[in-house]
Order: sequence, then structure tokens, then C-alpha cells
Amino acid sequence: MIRFNNVSKSYPTSTAPALEGLTFHIGRGEFVFLTGHSGAGKSTILKLMHAEEPPTSGDVRVSGFAIGKLRRDEVPRLRRRLGIVFQDFRLLEDRTAAENIAFALEVTGARSDTIPTRVARVLDQVGLSSKLDAFPRELSGGEQQRVAIARALVNDPPVLLADEPTGNLDERATQGVFQLLRDINDTGTVVLMATHDLDLVRQAGKRILELRDGRLVFDSAGDQVEAR
Amino acid sequence: MKLLWREALLAFRRTRTLSILSVTTIAFALFVTGLFGLVAINLRQAIGSVEERVEVVAFVLRGTPSQSLVVAIEDISAFPEVSEVRYVSEDDALDRAREELVEFRDAYDDLQINPLPPSLEIRLNAGYRNAPSVADVAERLRGFAFVEEVRYGRDWVEQLDRLRNLAGLIGLSIGLAFALVSVVIIGITIRITVLQRAREIVIMRLVGATDWFIRGPFLLEGAIKGLLGGILAFLLCAAVFMVYRSQGFGLGIGLTFFEPVHAVAFLAFGILIGFFGSLVSVGRHLRKV
Ligand SMILES: Nc1ncnc2c1ncn2[C@@H]1O[C@H](COP(=O)(O)OP(=O)(O)OP(=O)(O)O)[C@@H](O)[C@H]1O
Ligand SMILES: [Mg+2]
Repeated sequence: MIRFNNVSKSYPTSTAPALEGLTFHIGRGEFVFLTGHSGAGKSTILKLMHAEEPPTSGDVRVSGFAIGKLRRDEVPRLRRRLGIVFQDFRLLEDRTAAENIAFALEVTGARSDTIPTRVARVLDQVGLSSKLDAFPRELSGGEQQRVAIARALVNDPPVLLADEPTGNLDERATQGVFQLLRDINDTGTVVLMATHDLDLVRQAGKRILELRDGRLVFDSAGDQVEAR
Repeated sequence: MKLLWREALLAFRRTRTLSILSVTTIAFALFVTGLFGLVAINLRQAIGSVEERVEVVAFVLRGTPSQSLVVAIEDISAFPEVSEVRYVSEDDALDRAREELVEFRDAYDDLQINPLPPSLEIRLNAGYRNAPSVADVAERLRGFAFVEEVRYGRDWVEQLDRLRNLAGLIGLSIGLAFALVSVVIIGITIRITVLQRAREIVIMRLVGATDWFIRGPFLLEGAIKGLLGGILAFLLCAAVFMVYRSQGFGLGIGLTFFEPVHAVAFLAFGILIGFFGSLVSVGRHLRKV
């Protein structure tokens, strides 16, 4: 589903490369943690995956899209095949939970009569059926993140990217959101989650990719991965 | 489509002050342009009616026998340039003077003798109401023995012609300048709207909205603002026109207002300004994100 081949990334404004010589592969149905110190390059990897930034060199492939060669007008097609979740939720403040989710369907030109049922389905999936008319400010952080996850899921993406989705949440909400991501992974969706939360990573028993200064220093899948 | 309208109107409501500002800007620019348009239209009209009145007047020596006048009138009527020859007798001339110069009516009544000479008033056909033809006709009229003096308004016709060209040119350049200013200001206000909604644009792109989908509501918003500005400007022009006319500044010339074609052009222009202003600023923003 996701393949990095000797990928490097330098931002034009900084001298040191953010990523250097990354090679890894994430297959169907995997749940993968991306860990590393602050500034190690976790967010940069995710940005490459959803084509917010182009790789400086190397080859990035995400569900069949070659990111380096992607034209600007092809990016929306990629994004519709990805669910993306951030630490700061990125919900529209002046729209209700249901409207925020519906928005993601509307921009793809989904038929308007199918939208309410699809919104209801994902809201149910994240356990927020009762909050569909609530505005983001009326929801707790954990609930807002659930809405964001529901929005990411509503287009049935094969891959879900999450950049520190629990970074703003307390222990309880973190557990809830993490469990939700596992459930999503159980339905066959690839989940890639960048996080600082080492307790969570340890307890989960999932594959771990660890970065240090832009290099991959640890892959818990080890040789297994290389063989794939 | 419904979605497009919803988003555009939402944007309008959220940035009400800014929206009002941009509508006012467009309205002002179009208003100024429209005023110049009105002036140009009326000037052209005035010139047109003046042109119609281009005539050559040949003053006739007193005591010229009417027989020779009749023959001469026939000859002159046969000139290809001439459409009409009218004889104005001394009495006719006096009556007309009384009518036209009311202030001096009493003075004329006191006169013992009529100071006004009889004359032939010669109107020209449409194609010959220009300076060379007029001069040519005048020259031939001077050939008649009983013609004392020939007068024609060559200078002022030429001047009016020049004035018309100049007015057209000035009107056009001022119109264009203001249109440009409007596009820029609309661009700026839409740009502020775009920046206010930068977060929303980021989210739209995140969930896979195409550039055109993102642009759509902004373009519609701009077009609506342009339309409103156009309507406002048109109403302002109408108001100014009405006040102007009711104050009697018409100076006897029948003032004309815009024709329906002009009104439509007005609104279309407003819409275009709004549309392109938005296109530029949204495009610029999208290129950066
Ligand atoms: N837009 C940018 N322009 C220039 N440099 C950037 C940009 N984004 C990130 N960087 C640099 O790239 C490196 C990796 O940043 P990145 O955001 O990927 O780290 P991270 O692992 O996500 O860190 P954190 O855990 O703090 O979120 C850092 O040195 C950072 O300064
Ligand atoms: Mg980060």
C-alpha cells in the first residue's frame, strides 16, 4: 500500500535534510506506529504520503499513486483515497459535526441524497451518533478527534494517516481514540500513526518505525519487511 | 450547484463588513465610469442635434427683387449638398428675434426701422454637414450678386467634433482606470476573505477538493458582489441624473439617460470585475498552498 524507496527530503528553507535515504514498505491491513524525537521527521513522512510536500529524491508510492510525479490536479484523487487526521483536529468551527463530515463528501461530488446516511454511519462507527448537531466548540477534544476520524473515514479510504492524533488528549481519551483506530484497522484499513506516546506504542504490540534525525533507525518488523 | 450557492452565501455572511466594502468599491468605480458615460452620451446627443442644425445663412441685400430671389432659391435647391432653402423676410426675422430674445422685446417694439436683414437659410443633406462642404457651398453663395454676407458655424462644428473625440477618449481612459482600480480592490478584499478562510481551504484540500471546487464559491461571491455593485452604481447614476434634471441644469437640451443596453453592460461589467478580481486572488492563494 505504501512504499518508500531511498527517499530524501530537504526543505528549501533549512540546510539539514528532514529525511535521508528512507526505505520501507507497509502492506495491506497493517497498523504501524511512527515514532522518534521531535523534529525527527515524522510529520514530513506523512506530508510526503499525502502529497503536501514532494520528495527531494527517491520514490514514494501510496495506494498506487507515484507521489513524486503527481500533477497538482491529481492530488485531490489521492486525497480522496486517504483519510488524514491531525493533532489539532482541523474541523471547521462554524459547522456541526455532521456538516464537517458531510463536507468531505460534498467536495468529492457525492450524491447529496446518499450523504446523510453515510454521515450517520461513520458517526455511529466512532460512537458519536448523539452529537451530530454539535459544533466543535461544544465537543471535548476526544470527541472532536472522533469527528475528525469519522470525516477521514467517510470516503472509505484504504489508508488512514494520523499525525499525533492523541497529542492533545488525556489518557482516557487517548485510549478511546487508539481503540477506535484499531477497530478501523480491523476492518482492513491500513493505519499509520505518528506518536510521541511510548507507553501506547509499547502496550499496543504493533509494528514500529523509529526515526532519528531523518533516518530510519528501527523497524520492529525487521527482516520480515525486507522480504516482502 | 446548490452547494456552490450555499458556500458563496455563507462566505458573504461571515465577512459582512468586507463584503459591503467591496460592493461599495465596485459601485463607486462603476458610478464614476457611469457618470462619464452619461456625459459622453449626452454630449454625443447634443453634437448630433447641433449637427442637424448646421446651416448656411446668406444675408440678402435689402430691396432685392423677389423674382431674382425665387430663381436663386431654385438654383440653390439644385445644389447636391442642399436639402432645404428657406427665405426669411425682414419681418420674419424680427418676429423670431422677439420670440427668442424675450428680454429685448420692448427694445424691438421701440424700433422705428427693422435692423434685421432678410436672409436665405440653407440646410444641408446629412453627408455634407462637414466643414469642407459647408465652405464650398458658402463660396458658391457668395457668387450671387444680391448676397451681402454668408455665415456658417464651421468653427464651432469642428470644435464640437474635437470635443466629442476628446470626451470619448477621456471617458474611456477614466472608465478603464477605474475598472482596473476596482479589479485590484476587489482582488484585495477577496484576498482578505481568502486569508480569513485559509484554514477552510486547507481542510478542503485535505479532504480532496479540486482547485475548481475551492474557487467556485469565491468566484460566485465575487460575481455577486460585482452585480450588487453594478446595481448600486446604476441607481446612483439614475439618482444623480434625476437631481440634475430636476435642478434644471439641462440648459434646454433634452437630457438622455442610459438605454437598456447600457444598463445591461453596466451590470455585466460589474459581474466581470467581481469575477476576475476573485479569480486573481484565489488563484494566487492556491498557487501557494
Ligand atoms: N515547512 C517546513 N519548512 C522548513 N523546515 C521544515 C518544515 N517542516 C518541517 N521542517 C523541518 O524538518 C524537520 C522534521 O520536521 P517534522 O515536522 O517532520 O518533525 P516531527 O518528527 O513531526 O516533529 P514533532 O514530533 O515535533 O512533530 C525539522 O528539522 C523541521 O524543522
Ligand atoms: Mg510532527
